Amino acid sequence: MSTQPKHFAPLARLLHWLMALMVMAMLFIGAGMVASVSERHEWLIHLHKPLGVAILLLVIVRLAVRFSTQQPPLPADLPGWQVLAAKASHVLLYALMLVLPLLGWAMISASGEPVMLSGSLQLPSIVPPNAQVFAFLRKAHGYLAYLLLLTVLLHLAAALFHGWVRRDGVLQSMLMGKDRS
Amino acid sequence: MVDRSTPPTRPPLSGASLVLRLAGIAVVVAAVAGAFAYVNGTLDPQRLTPKKLINVLETNNGVHPGFRRNHSKGVCVIGHFESSFDARSYSSAQVFNQARTPVVGRFALPAGNPYAPDGAVPIRSMALRFTQANGQQWRTGMNSMPVFPVGTPEAFYQFQQAQSPVPATGKPDPAAVPAFFASHPESAPFLAWIKTAKPSASYVTETYNSVNAFYLVNAAGQRQAVRWSMVPVAQDAPVATAPAGTDFLEKDLVQRIAAGPLRWQLNIILANPGDPVNDASKAWPEGRKVLNAGTLVLESTQPQLNGECRDINYDPLVLPAGIEGSDDPLLAARSAGYSNSYLRRTSEVSQLPAAKQEAQQ
Repeated sequence: MSTQPKHFAPLARLLHWLMALMVMAMLFIGAGMVASVSERHEWLIHLHKPLGVAILLLVIVRLAVRFSTQQPPLPADLPGWQVLAAKASHVLLYALMLVLPLLGWAMISASGEPVMLSGSLQLPSIVPPNAQVFAFLRKAHGYLAYLLLLTVLLHLAAALFHGWVRRDGVLQSMLMGKDRS
Repeated sequence: MVDRSTPPTRPPLSGASLVLRLAGIAVVVAAVAGAFAYVNGTLDPQRLTPKKLINVLETNNGVHPGFRRNHSKGVCVIGHFESSFDARSYSSAQVFNQARTPVVGRFALPAGNPYAPDGAVPIRSMALRFTQANGQQWRTGMNSMPVFPVGTPEAFYQFQQAQSPVPATGKPDPAAVPAFFASHPESAPFLAWIKTAKPSASYVTETYNSVNAFYLVNAAGQRQAVRWSMVPVAQDAPVATAPAGTDFLEKDLVQRIAAGPLRWQLNIILANPGDPVNDASKAWPEGRKVLNAGTLVLESTQPQLNGECRDINYDPLVLPAGIEGSDDPLLAARSAGYSNSYLRRTSEVSQLPAAKQEAQQ
């Protein structure tokens, strides 16, 4: 019989919390920069681009960790719709963390601007310059970022529901603690 | 997650405890959502946003789908920049360190209506995109006025509001603009200049100024505050009066460029310590050191409806390594506002007159 872990692997937990911080920061930076005409607009953009690429790299590592480690199982008494919601929202979170940085990269490429991560660090363009393609990608980047925000809020509410109401070990599986004692 | 774990036994929550815990979750989620709504401006309606800046331009000029929301009427130009290498010790940018850099530019009328008569405004603008061999770009939008009327985006917004139609009459209040200038003494240098300014008959006889300040940064990391100007090399005497008609500028440019390349000298003006670097409404005193950084050579024109410049956002903060923006607040506002205008117009490309014609062909 295989023993089921009670916690996510330590590396998976580290990546989760690191990326939770980065993704939340990214959502706020993105919303702040497009709603500002002050110098804030400039320095937020200069944070947004390298942070986005860092998230893109980390989510690839994280997917590898996810597929190579064992996940703690969901509680047996969790209603079917909640199991489905949990699985669907996790797929959506991974997909958006992967797609949003790529969309950002692609939209700058399509605008014909060089993709600069700093004053001199430049990424290659991944889409040829095209105004209509830019407009589509730019809008997709914005709408999907709002979808990510909503998914993150749902994820947060569900985690707290598991921790404070159901008290079923799901929240603990992502917190501190050793598996076997 | 094939297997399911057996949950630990736990005592049921009392009704009050359950309500409290659910309320706790709601508070946490609402706090995050509320903070987000503040940052994106929903809960901060007073904040000047890029959207408001572009909306007021649309209010004043009408919406012309697919066109820039300001400087809407213009013409594309193609050419290159020949460095004199004189700016090399001040900036590590490749544009100053290589003999030749290709340029896609645009001359325009600073008005929000693409069908405005060329005599409507006594100002002309020149926007340039230099593409360096290393892929980095330098984009600059310059104007033929020496200073900007105001120094902050907030004042610019109020200036635009003063020109907005009043609901009662459907026309701008004639007293609003004088009242604005009366309460904005920083506009005095601009007003002194515009009193003598006349709509020029040609784009070619004008000097174009960066107006905003930037920094040149050399390989050692030393920063020098600068402004720059494109000064026409062949100084034809400007025609005193603008010709009749509404579209003489583009015709004049096409004619002149057909006769041979047109040249401007890039003058880079070095600030003295203490010169205002963060205020585009203030001129720098005479006598500043000026570098002749090289020559802009324009070789051909293209119509703006399908030319290369159409899809370029001449954002003045797209800069190569070796040139940096100053803390002039107008620079960030231009960057943010242009970006908003660029998204609007790139979403409307199919509605442009030329695009429609092409579709019919």
